[in-house]
Amino acid sequence: MKIVYFAWVRERIGKAEETVEPPAAVRTVADLIGWLSGRGEQYAYAFENARVIRTAIDHAHVQQTAAIAGAREIAFFPPMTGG
Amino acid sequence: MTVPVTIRLQEADFDTAREIAAISRGRTDIGAVVTFSGICRGGEGGDAIAALTLEHYPGMAEAEIGRHAEEALQRWPLTGLTVIHRYGRIVPGENIVLVVTASSHREAAFEAAEFLMDYLKTKAPFWKREEGAGGSAWVDAAAHDDAAAARWTKR
Repeated sequence: MKIVYFAWVRERIGKAEETVEPPAAVRTVADLIGWLSGRGEQYAYAFENARVIRTAIDHAHVQQTAAIAGAREIAFFPPMTGG
Repeated sequence: MTVPVTIRLQEADFDTAREIAAISRGRTDIGAVVTFSGICRGGEGGDAIAALTLEHYPGMAEAEIGRHAEEALQRWPLTGLTVIHRYGRIVPGENIVLVVTASSHREAAFEAAEFLMDYLKTKAPFWKREEGAGGSAWVDAAAHDDAAAARWTKR
């Protein structure tokens, strides 16, 4: 699945997007955050305060309890500051 | 009749007067047009701001604004709706965002404009980075913006 990052999440991880194949045990957004956090210190830094991280699946906001099965694109970003 | 809805994300500035004219041209059913313009300030507290850079999530930004536009059309009897949001580098005094709502009467136009702005602030995927004298930093989300958006949640 494709993962995209924005704002300081993107800066901390050091890339805007990547394609990953998490193991089957990674079922929810929270599981995915935990799995990504174990991939390196830049990921651990980006997700150190997972509670503030917002997530979208296929361009729609979701909670961290949401299932990731079938997702084409998952986005992680900080709270939004537009308008 | 289908209500005309215009949603644009763009790097370029926009002309507010032209957008008002576009929403009401040739129409005799519009009794009220409300506009909200969000403008880049030159300072925050005591700190000067040289510019803002707005990052956005292409694809989701349009989809999210579209969903809130649809909700506004269902909740208020609007006869026209325009949302324009800029991205990229914006200097103090320049426009950031425009919401134009049209209706037969003012109440719906006022309320729908406020609803859309409250949601744009907290749900539209845009992030502001401020350039100041000491470098640049991401703007923190404001708790009062979340509280403003929560007012519109249906009970």
